[in-house]
Amino acid sequence: MTRFLMSTAAAAALAISATAAMAEGETIGFSQIGSESGWRAAETTLTRQQAEERGLKLQFSDAQQKQENQIAAIRSFIAQGVDAILLAPVVATGWDAVLQEAKEAEIPVVLLDRQVDSAEDLYLTAVGSNLVHEGEVAGKWLVDTVGDKECRVVELQGTTGSSPAIDRKKGFENALAGHDNLKIVRSQTGDFTRAQGKEVMESFLQAENGGKDICALYAHNDDMAVGAIQAIKEAGLKPGTDILVVSIDGVPDLFQAMANGEANATVELTPNMAGPAFDALAAYWKDGTEPAKFLQTESKLYTQADDPAGEYERRKGLGY
Amino acid sequence: MSLLKRIAPQLIALALLVALVTVFYPGFLKLDLSGGRLVGPMIDVLKRGAPVALLAVGMTLVIATRGIDLSVGTTMAICGAVAAWAVAGGWGLVPALLLALAAGALAGLWNGLLVAVVGIQPFVATLILMTMGRGIAQLITEGRILTFNHAGFAFLGSGTLLGLPVPAWLWLACGLGMAALMRRTALGLLVEAIGINRRASALAGVNATVLLIAVYVVSGLCAALAGIVVTADIRGADANNAGLWLELDAILAVVIGGNSLLGGRFSIIASLLGALIIQTIDTGILLAGFPSEYNLVIKAGLVLVILVLQSPRIAGEWRLWRDSHRASREARAAQRSRT
Repeated sequence: MTRFLMSTAAAAALAISATAAMAEGETIGFSQIGSESGWRAAETTLTRQQAEERGLKLQFSDAQQKQENQIAAIRSFIAQGVDAILLAPVVATGWDAVLQEAKEAEIPVVLLDRQVDSAEDLYLTAVGSNLVHEGEVAGKWLVDTVGDKECRVVELQGTTGSSPAIDRKKGFENALAGHDNLKIVRSQTGDFTRAQGKEVMESFLQAENGGKDICALYAHNDDMAVGAIQAIKEAGLKPGTDILVVSIDGVPDLFQAMANGEANATVELTPNMAGPAFDALAAYWKDGTEPAKFLQTESKLYTQADDPAGEYERRKGLGY
Repeated sequence: MSLLKRIAPQLIALALLVALVTVFYPGFLKLDLSGGRLVGPMIDVLKRGAPVALLAVGMTLVIATRGIDLSVGTTMAICGAVAAWAVAGGWGLVPALLLALAAGALAGLWNGLLVAVVGIQPFVATLILMTMGRGIAQLITEGRILTFNHAGFAFLGSGTLLGLPVPAWLWLACGLGMAALMRRTALGLLVEAIGINRRASALAGVNATVLLIAVYVVSGLCAALAGIVVTADIRGADANNAGLWLELDAILAVVIGGNSLLGGRFSIIASLLGALIIQTIDTGILLAGFPSEYNLVIKAGLVLVILVLQSPRIAGEWRLWRDSHRASREARAAQRSRT
């Protein structure tokens, strides 16, 4: 009896030390799309930071915007026998085969910030923001700020046909529905860039009586808003006062503009997608908890009252 | 007079286009004077057309030698990044500009050597820099939008001089200066000679190798100026997007300017008008307020109409039809007078 107890205890001790060792140094493979934007650079920086904080080993692979590089990276992660794979997929299709290979090797895959159209049982979960919801948060801020006043809104869309442009437009329109005093009078694509944002805003200002008829600007990303703010200033108006400026993303330069009183609000698209992903993985490793198939990150609204200067300082080192 | 005849199709196309835009946006020709500077859609066209107009100056010369320079868009990104990096690093305005121009000249020299000395086809030779250059620009900016705060540099992108935007002065000076240099000296003729037959021009005593390299260097310098303008405009170097696909707009401007891609005779002034036509379309679409899904379709449609109207085949058919019409009318008149 005593011998039996002792051997059980020893086995239990062994089991505990084994789990402890696993929790210490799990290896995570991360296949990143590439360096297409400052936001993605910040996502990479934060993923490294989060892994370090949790004592995880991160194997990073930059795919340079090519799916075949990502598939090759995932195969090499499987061959190395990593404990989990993070994937920010460059496109939505064509992942079935390689995800199946990961599944057969019993390696959980977590998708970051973009979705794939493979069967749901091929990956553990997907972490991302809800683009429609982002637009709704921005729209709701404008509705609450303007109140009952008449307000002519101009909109700078993202790249025509891209899902952020479609969904952020839809969300904003959802929030404005039922508030007839707010009207989108002009809407054009600024291709998500500063230069185009500025050029299109110049034409909006021309077309709307030198900008005097515009009450607010909604930009699908902060970069276009930063360009548009310059156009408003050059037209002799005060951005943030004469024309309200609300946009989405939360990049450092927009926080600086808010600190200067030239922008009013931004909805953050958090680059910390890895935090929730690691939390879900930790729970899965611990007792096999299956997370929901989509983990939505918070779309937090920042205004001039939320210490924009401090937020700028906190963000500028992240690689945006 | 011969110049006026040469650029007549472009002038007519521009006038028709302005009329068309005015139909959809009646305020297009409106000009106001506010705070010592002219404002109005036409002024926006002059200002926004600057990058493509500057690129078109260099591109015209390259195309006249039967070449093509696909790398100008990325050269813009590199030079803009260099200028922003130098200004942000506190080098001062003049060294920063010189450094950016030197980067443009270097890019042009690289293309020129590949084409003139190594003998690679211009399309392939400049494609190399087109693909790799954006990576170089991203290395300089570390993948971020490199911003700076320098009033003197920003002036080059959004300042006003004697009522007109500075970028407009830049492309006017650059374009007219280059046109004068080409036509007041024999240079233009020599460039055309290379384009028509490089071997024959070399045998006739033209130093074709040096001249070819020089043409690509000029194209690089024009791209550097364009890069400086766009960087100064947004007060930041956006390596991912600066000059993206602008090489195609520049080639289009040269083609709308009636210059043959097969080299030979060229007109810089006509290319500048081509750039203005493209920008008038772009600005007109924005002002008219169509949904953005239609932008590219409208642009392509208008460009197609302009090019078809300019094509020698159509012009020839028209002349033939007009002459035969006149001949038959005269014949009928003669018949009538006889009866």
